[in-house]
Amino acid sequence: MWPLIKILPIKTNFRFVTFARYAGVASLLAAIASLFLALYPLTPPCGGMNCGIDFTGGTLLEISTAPQEVDLAVVRGELGGMDLGDVQVQAFGAPTSALVRFQTPEGESAEQAVSEVKAALTASLGEVVFAKTEVVGPKVSGELFESGLLALGVAIALMLLYIWFRFELQYGVGAVVGLFHDVILAFGFIALFNLEFSLTTIAAILTIIGYSMNDTVVVFDRLRENIRKYKVMPLAEIIDLTINETLSRTVITGLTAILALTGLALFGGPTLFAFSVIMIFGVVIGTYSSIYVAAPVILLWGVKRGEDEAEPLPVRS
Amino acid sequence: MMTLSRWKIIAVVLAAVFGVLFSLPNLLPQQTLAAMPAFFPRQQLNLGLDLQGGSHLLLEVDTAALRAERLVNTVEDTRVTLTAERIAFSDLREQGGEITLQITDPARRSAAATALRGALGTPLAGTTGGSDITVSNEGEAGLRISFVEAAMDAEAGKAVEQSIEIIRRRIDELGTKEPTIIRQGVDRIVVQAPGESDPERLKNVIGQTAKLTFQMVDESADLAAAAEGRAPPGSEVLPSEDGLTPFIVVRRRALVSGEMLTDASQGFDSQTGEAVVNFRFNSMGARRFGEATAESIGQRFAIVLDGRVISAPVIRSAITGGSGMISGSFTPESANDLAVLLRAGALPAPLTVEEQRTVGAELGADAVRAGQISTGIGFVTILVFMVLAYGGLFGGISVVALLINALLIFAIMSVTQATLTLPGIAGLILTLAVAVDANVLIYERMRDEIRAGRTAIAAMDAGFSKAMSSIIDANVTTILAALIMFQFGSGPVRGFAWTLSIGVVTSVFTAVLVTQVLLALWFRAARPKTLPIV
Repeated sequence: MWPLIKILPIKTNFRFVTFARYAGVASLLAAIASLFLALYPLTPPCGGMNCGIDFTGGTLLEISTAPQEVDLAVVRGELGGMDLGDVQVQAFGAPTSALVRFQTPEGESAEQAVSEVKAALTASLGEVVFAKTEVVGPKVSGELFESGLLALGVAIALMLLYIWFRFELQYGVGAVVGLFHDVILAFGFIALFNLEFSLTTIAAILTIIGYSMNDTVVVFDRLRENIRKYKVMPLAEIIDLTINETLSRTVITGLTAILALTGLALFGGPTLFAFSVIMIFGVVIGTYSSIYVAAPVILLWGVKRGEDEAEPLPVRS
Repeated sequence: MMTLSRWKIIAVVLAAVFGVLFSLPNLLPQQTLAAMPAFFPRQQLNLGLDLQGGSHLLLEVDTAALRAERLVNTVEDTRVTLTAERIAFSDLREQGGEITLQITDPARRSAAATALRGALGTPLAGTTGGSDITVSNEGEAGLRISFVEAAMDAEAGKAVEQSIEIIRRRIDELGTKEPTIIRQGVDRIVVQAPGESDPERLKNVIGQTAKLTFQMVDESADLAAAAEGRAPPGSEVLPSEDGLTPFIVVRRRALVSGEMLTDASQGFDSQTGEAVVNFRFNSMGARRFGEATAESIGQRFAIVLDGRVISAPVIRSAITGGSGMISGSFTPESANDLAVLLRAGALPAPLTVEEQRTVGAELGADAVRAGQISTGIGFVTILVFMVLAYGGLFGGISVVALLINALLIFAIMSVTQATLTLPGIAGLILTLAVAVDANVLIYERMRDEIRAGRTAIAAMDAGFSKAMSSIIDANVTTILAALIMFQFGSGPVRGFAWTLSIGVVTSVFTAVLVTQVLLALWFRAARPKTLPIV
């Protein structure tokens, strides 16, 4: 059958709302688990996350000893004996490359530490190419962390305002609960897989916010239209109808984004890998939250219908 | 909605031509581009440092050091002024950013205050008679000298401006191509130097204050006390790099300083063959240096760079020609760097490197390659998927819209010289994927309307008009997210945000207008009874 769109049933009739209660419990548990993973232990600045030098300060070197493979043990041994703080050595992409992270020891200038490390690595490994050098001072890392979190907060607040302005407060609250859900789960995902938490990660999460809102707005838009159209239908049924009506669009757009991002994850090199994987997760979770977080919040709270007052309806079991 | 007005067709055709014309320079080799006629656009994508390789430095001007220096100088000037006026004083000290002293004879306190007001302050800009210091009475016989806060801030601001100017001169002398040097916030400077292969040298050249002074050596000082860091009043202990002694006691007052240099260049000592820095004073510097050396034949003077003595030669005869050379343990390269620094002038305050991000050119090239491959694969995947999902006609139309969209993004990025970064490439792919969403929304609406029993034309019309509010809302939210990234992000993240914003605007244009025109053309030609997507 081609085009594929003909395979998708013309009219689906899934009872999404029936499962809303279970989904709500699952979401809540996942969010709690994510918060725990991301925050525990409560050490500043990043808790349970694998904090990059953007937020901790320190130095990151990407070294390459092509065509030989990097002997990580030698690198660790060399740096371990150098009185540097918090040394991390990890393979990066090809086996001929590695990432080295360390903190500048107290009372020494970062420049000094970097040139000592470079000299030591060159002495023990032979020919080394320092493909990337990043040094972030303590002052700047604190500012980057603050502005990163601020950006997330402002983004969510702006979304609330926009949805409030375009729809109603209930929709805005629903959307924002959905956003919190997505952002918290994204943090949990990053912590669970020990992906680096950096400025780029913040950009990925902001993009997830954008995508998730995009998805939520499409559902809300149709929901508002249906609420006007079917004045007497119970809200739960209208929500079911709306999600079913927008389902083929949700599936096609989500699939397109995931396909494109998969290409990026596979061929974009190690730098973009984490970025793409986080966004793929975000697309999935953003789609889920439009159906099972944002819309049920509206169901719980109720919305204005025509001239009537708000009409809260319990979830039907 | 489905009426095929002339302006819609013109807009689509113009957009397509603009897209092709202005993204074309990215595909042509440099030589072909140079040979094109003058009207042909030449601007290519502006690759970020993470893609072309280079160094990004965030420097902070140490304005606190500037204040500290001003304080030390003022203490010294107070001592000199009161001594010259023959006013006895004691207990001269600085604390908490202020200077206090006791006048031995209380009757002379107002005379002392007047003398200090005349000698110490510099006039405030914009006021007459205002000064950046205030001298006030303190207790029975004391004086307090404090600084006007606003004047200090203005001075710090000026120092940042000067630093930018000096850094620019220094980098230009190094021959780095197209450096970007901009002020950030109150006391920070961002330097972006593409392609600089040796970031350490760049940092050395930028970060050195290069404050050069010639000071007399204080031969009378007690060396044992100096070893503990104590020096007689008016003198100071400085570390020495001449390889003979670890430290040297010098007079605080500089005979001549680096501002009086007119030229400096790297050369070789004709006798020893060592690398040296040759320099030349301006007329004032030459006169002062001549006088000072004439008075002190047989004594030593120290050449001091950033608080370290480079060498301390003995004055054999008065040096009146206004030129000389600095020898020390230089390599030709380090002598050349010092000459560059001296020519460009000293920084008014020390700089600290707060952030450095350097990417090697090779890694950048790898990233570009990975970016091209993954963009290509992502793009083709989207195209294939759309044709598979909606068939040759509707899928094909969205493919054309998407192609024009991609061309427009590249063209706008090239024309505005917006920086394309590695995360920006990710933004590009995501934009193209989400651009499809507008097409999907429109097509799905059309299917709904056909199902609801409308005719083909009515369904198409309703598809566009009803999908519009979803499309607008969905894209405004993305733009909001991008604006926030632009506001709070730095470097690569901003590049990402910018790419995302351009993409959102072009994709709304193409998904709505291009799709509409193409569908209308098809409808006019085929007069279909129903749509091939139900």
